[in-house]
Order: sequence, then C-alpha cells, then structure tokens
Amino acid sequence: MSLSESTRVQAREIISRYPQARSALLPMLHLVQAEEGYVSADGIALCAEELSLTTAEVAAVATFYTMYHRKPAGEYHVGVCINPGCGILGGDAIWEKLSSRLGIGHDEVTPDGKISLERIECQAACTHAPVMTANWEFLDNMTPESAIDVVEKLVSGKEVMSTRGPRIRTFKENELTLAGFDDGLVDEGVQADEQMLAGLKRAKELGQSAPGVKK
Amino acid sequence: MTLTPVLSAHWDEADSYKIAGYMRNGGYTAFKKAFATGPDEIISLVKDSGLRGRGGAGFPTGLKWSFVPQGDDKPHYLVINADESEPGACKDIPLMMANPHALIEGVIIAAYAMRANHAFIYLRGEVPHVFRRVNSAIREAYAAGYLGKNIMGSGFDLEVVLHAGAGAYICGEETALLDSLEGRRGQPRLKPPFPAVAGLYASPSCVNNVETIANIPYIVNNGVDWFKSFGTEKSPGFKLFAVSGHVNRPGIYEAPLGITMRELLEHAGGVRDGHKVKFWLPGGSSVPMLTPDLLDTPLTYEDIAAAGSMLGTGTPMIFDETTSVVRAVTGWLAFYKHESCGKCTPCREGTWWLSDVLHRFEDGHGTEADLDKLIDICSQIAGRSFCALGDAAATPFPAALKYFRDEFVQATNAPANESFDPVAATVFAGATR
Ligand SMILES: Cc1cc2nc3c(=O)[nH]c(=O)nc-3n(C[C@H](O)[C@H](O)[C@H](O)COP(=O)(O)O)c2cc1C
Ligand code: SF4
Ligand code: FES
Repeated sequence: MSLSESTRVQAREIISRYPQARSALLPMLHLVQAEEGYVSADGIALCAEELSLTTAEVAAVATFYTMYHRKPAGEYHVGVCINPGCGILGGDAIWEKLSSRLGIGHDEVTPDGKISLERIECQAACTHAPVMTANWEFLDNMTPESAIDVVEKLVSGKEVMSTRGPRIRTFKENELTLAGFDDGLVDEGVQADEQMLAGLKRAKELGQSAPGVKK
Repeated sequence: MTLTPVLSAHWDEADSYKIAGYMRNGGYTAFKKAFATGPDEIISLVKDSGLRGRGGAGFPTGLKWSFVPQGDDKPHYLVINADESEPGACKDIPLMMANPHALIEGVIIAAYAMRANHAFIYLRGEVPHVFRRVNSAIREAYAAGYLGKNIMGSGFDLEVVLHAGAGAYICGEETALLDSLEGRRGQPRLKPPFPAVAGLYASPSCVNNVETIANIPYIVNNGVDWFKSFGTEKSPGFKLFAVSGHVNRPGIYEAPLGITMRELLEHAGGVRDGHKVKFWLPGGSSVPMLTPDLLDTPLTYEDIAAAGSMLGTGTPMIFDETTSVVRAVTGWLAFYKHESCGKCTPCREGTWWLSDVLHRFEDGHGTEADLDKLIDICSQIAGRSFCALGDAAATPFPAALKYFRDEFVQATNAPANESFDPVAATVFAGATR
C-alpha cells in the first residue's frame, strides 16, 4: 500500500510543531503506523524525505522502540503485563491462557489478522494488577476469564470498553491519536477510578485532609 | 500520620481533568501570582520550599532550576519527564489522567522562572487516554489565554507541545529522553555537559518529573511555610504514594513524606487477608527490597536510605509469603535486559548474563557457584555503567540474596513454581479483595 498525499500533509503538520524538524520523527512513525499498521518501507521513505534523512537513519530509530512494528500488528494489539508487579499477581496465568487459546505467542498475529499479542512490561498501572492493554487502552484488574472474554468480543466485532478510557478502537486509529491528531474522545471513561480514588476516599472516611486545601 | 490529599484532592469530581474543574478549586491563580512575583523570586521560593524531584533521584528542584544560565541569548527549554515506566511506579499516569491542569500550570510557572519559551511534555507512548487528557488540557489552556504569545499581557510567551514516546524505559533517563525528543534512538549522553548547559538542541534545558512540576502551583499559592508543614526537614512536602501488590486496597494514597510504610499499609487495607508481608520495595524495582521488620521506617529520602534502600519513585510494592523471590527477581532482570539500550558493555552484556543465570534458578537448576557468579556480575555492572539503568539492574539480586539466600539455594534443585504455587500468589486465588 502506498501512502497518500494526505499522510504527507499530516507529516508536515507534525513537523511544524517543533523548533527542529527531526523532533517530529517519533510522532511521524506513529502516523505511518496509523496508515499502514506497521512501519513500512514506504513509511520510512516518507519520513526520510520529509526530514532530509537517509532511510537507514530512520530505520535505525524505528527499530529502537518497541511500539513500532516491523510487520503488521493485529487490528487489536493486545498486551499482557508480565512484569512481576502484574505477572505474579496473575499476569503469568493470563498470558498462558490467552496465548494457548489464540494459538499465538509473543509478537505473533492470528491468521485472520485480528489479534496480535505482546508480553508487555510495566504499564504504570500496578495498582490495577493484573493489567492488560488493547491498542494500549487500559484493561485493568483482569482475570484469565475476563481476558478471554475481551479477546473473543474483539474478534467478533463486539464493543469492548477500556476500564479507564473509551471503547477500544483499532490499532491504526489509536496510532493516529498518538501522532497528535485529536480524536474527540477525551471525555470518554472515568476521570478517576476506584484505585485512583482509594486514598481520597479513605481520607474522607477518616475526616482527614490537607490544611489549606479547599474541600 | 494522616492522609493529606492535595494533588489528588478533587479527583472524585467528574470534571477534575477539565479546566472548569481545576479552576473551581482554585486552579490557574498561582501562575498569575508568579508573574507578579518575578522569575528569580520564584526560583528562590522553590529553593526555600525544599521541594525535591519526584522522578526518583530526589534532587532539589529549585537548585536545578538555578543551574539554567540566565542572561544568555540562547533559547531555554523545559522538558517534562512523563515517561513513567519504572516497574512499580504508577503515580504520574493517574495524576495526568485526573488532574492534568496542575501539570500545565506548573509548566507555565517553571518555564517563566527559567525563561523558557518552549516546553515539551514527553509522555510514554503506551497511554493514549492520558495523551488525550493532557493534550486537551493544553488546548484548554491555550483557549483561555494561559499559553501562547504574551500570556495575560505579561510579555511572556510559552508554547507547550505534547510528545508521545514509543516504548523504551531508557527514555526516562533524562539525557536519553532528550536524544529521543530530538528524533534519535533514546541513548544516554555523556555528562558533563549537563542539560542545564547543553540539553535539548544543545541549549540550556531543565528536565523535571510530572509530579515535581504539579507541586509548583500549590507551593506558589500556599507558600513555603505551608509546604514545609508537611514532611521532614530533608524531605518536605507530600507525595502521591501508589501502593500496589498483595494489599487489600491498592491505590493512590497522598500523604506527607515521613508517613511510615506500616501506616500507609493500614490505609491500604493491610496485606491481603490471611497473609503476611514477605518483602516490599519503597519505590520501584530499581531500589533494594526491604523486609517486614522495616515497615516502621518513615518514607523519606533520608530514612529509607538509612534502612538500606531508596525512596525512588515513592510507589511501594508489597509482596506476601506466597511470592517466589526468585520469580520476582528473574522477572525484573528480564526487564532490565530488554530495556538496556546497548550503549555500554557492562550493562548490555551484564543484564543478559544476569537474566540468563537467574532463569536457571527459576527453572530449578542454578548452582551455588552461580550465586557467586551473579554477585560478581552485579559488581561488574554497578558503578561501571554509562547510566543509572546499569546500577538499577545490579540492585534487585544482591538485596534478594541478602534476605532470602535459602530460597536461592532451594532453587538449585526445585523450580520456583514448585516451591511456590503460582496460583496462590494471584489476586484471583480465592477471595482476596
Ligand atoms: C533508566 C531510568 C529511567 C528513568 N525514568 C524516569 C521516568 O520515567 N520519569 C522521571 O521523572 N524520571 C525518570 N528517571 C530519572 C530522570 O533521569 C531524572 O532524574 C528526572 O526526570 C528528573 O526530574 P526531577 O528532578 O523532577 O525528579 C529515570 C532515570 C533512569 C536512569
Ligand atoms: S547502562 Fe545500560 S541503559 Fe545505560 S547507557 Fe549503558 S547500556 Fe545503555
Ligand atoms: S507491573 Fe504491570 S502495570 Fe506495573
């Protein structure tokens, strides 16, 4: 698939955000994934042209970062946190179950292209362990059963809500968000959930507060 | 010690992340005060407050700002480290989800103080919903006239750009972050020159953590004495403690520095019912683990250091007796191996070997000689690596061996998952929460 002229226009918009053009490279690679589902040769060429870099320089950057895929990601890229904070609390078991149910391993995609799986590291959500992600939206407090349920819904096109965020959209749609193009979804999901509010709730129950802070 | 929600005081209001919610609770008044006070005076105020960086190292914030040379003709840059990827750290991401405007107002004040007309927020890529919340806060602040050209007629211009990373823990290291923000592989730079002299685009720059900067509006509004009424002399202020692991009510608990781990654990509902604490980490996997006899240690930079660990990110993880320490340490080393940027040999090779040999223990066929080998490798990495990731990688094993040598010896002939039933350690093993 070749990239459209509108992608080039978007790339230039990204470049215009920065005092120096090359700073745009990471978001531009997200943009490439938004179009192609991975960092394609065409995408590397586009970044190189727009930034006056060689394709080798762009590829060297793209291969450094784990979020950039060298082959197409699934429509839903599913992560299971196996860092000890989650792995021990159930992430390991979730991984086993999902991987065997889908018949794919780390960095693999189901034959229909729907789901790709990744063993992911800490998502800054350890208070919500075990944590999963779908196209990087939070799926908190998971169990092997809820993990299977989520993935089956994604495969069959049913709606899945992030536990702290919007309905799960496609991999490409979320990559466009990360490239900095507004998707209008900021108000989706809670402002804060149970774990985020645990301390505030406890403070209120105990009648505790910080002096000088408006109640 | 009581809980003292400040940054988190209004997270239970549905619009806490919007400008209306923030302003209803006094938001966007501090930066006007700051503009009326003057930049040097703000740097002095932050110095006097004693605020220390919340990114892990605890460096005095006002002092760091004062390193940015003034009166030079170069552009200055403020860079916010929103990469939060340290295993166990989970406080900046919630803060930006629920209260991004505290960060934005802090950015305005900090940039004004160090005369930076450009600020970047480097957010790890794996959190699209936080990207939305922060980007929308930036847009709202522009629309209100709090960002952009000649803010509120002050003559001060500030552009703020949100930038998504792409999955690399090392980009939390401040010089690697700067390289990444310049569109390169995220590998640390040789220091000196320090970022204050030659940072982003070789210009004077300051890199600060999200929580550090979110403190600023509250300090400006309430003053140094108020801030110092929390915490200790060496560790003033309050902290978003994120308590995770085998506890009944994991979550964010905001309290003064100096609250003890035992008090915090009690607020979090205690260790899960029927279990007891086996080991805990005060702030991320990069700090040495501690044992239950140290639960009464106040959570300050100085007290945790005296107890043999570090406050780090101030996000305690608690593990109970169902946990295999061999499994935990092997998992953390697999992480450091994966995240080593490869620039220097001790860390690139050393993390590989540590991970490899630890997997032998996890599988039940390490040897006692391997234990010495692991210690030897750690001493080859620590202090000999190019950046602090190497030191971090050399941290978990020696601490674990100190407290749980028996368990590693046991793992010379029994796999970790036989000595410790993995199911028992999960949150879905029977009624836990
Ligand atoms: C491997 C590594 C990862 C780091 N990750 C982060 C991070 O995600 N967020 C952060 O604020 N600081 C991180 N730091 C610390 C930063 O280098 C830097 O000290 C910090 O951003 C300074 O901000 P502060 O003074 O406000 O704490 C990391 C350091 C290392 C060595
Ligand atoms: S210590 Fe590790 S992460 Fe740091 S520069 Fe060396 S190889 Fe890279
Ligand atoms: S360990 Fe999984 S989110 Fe932190």
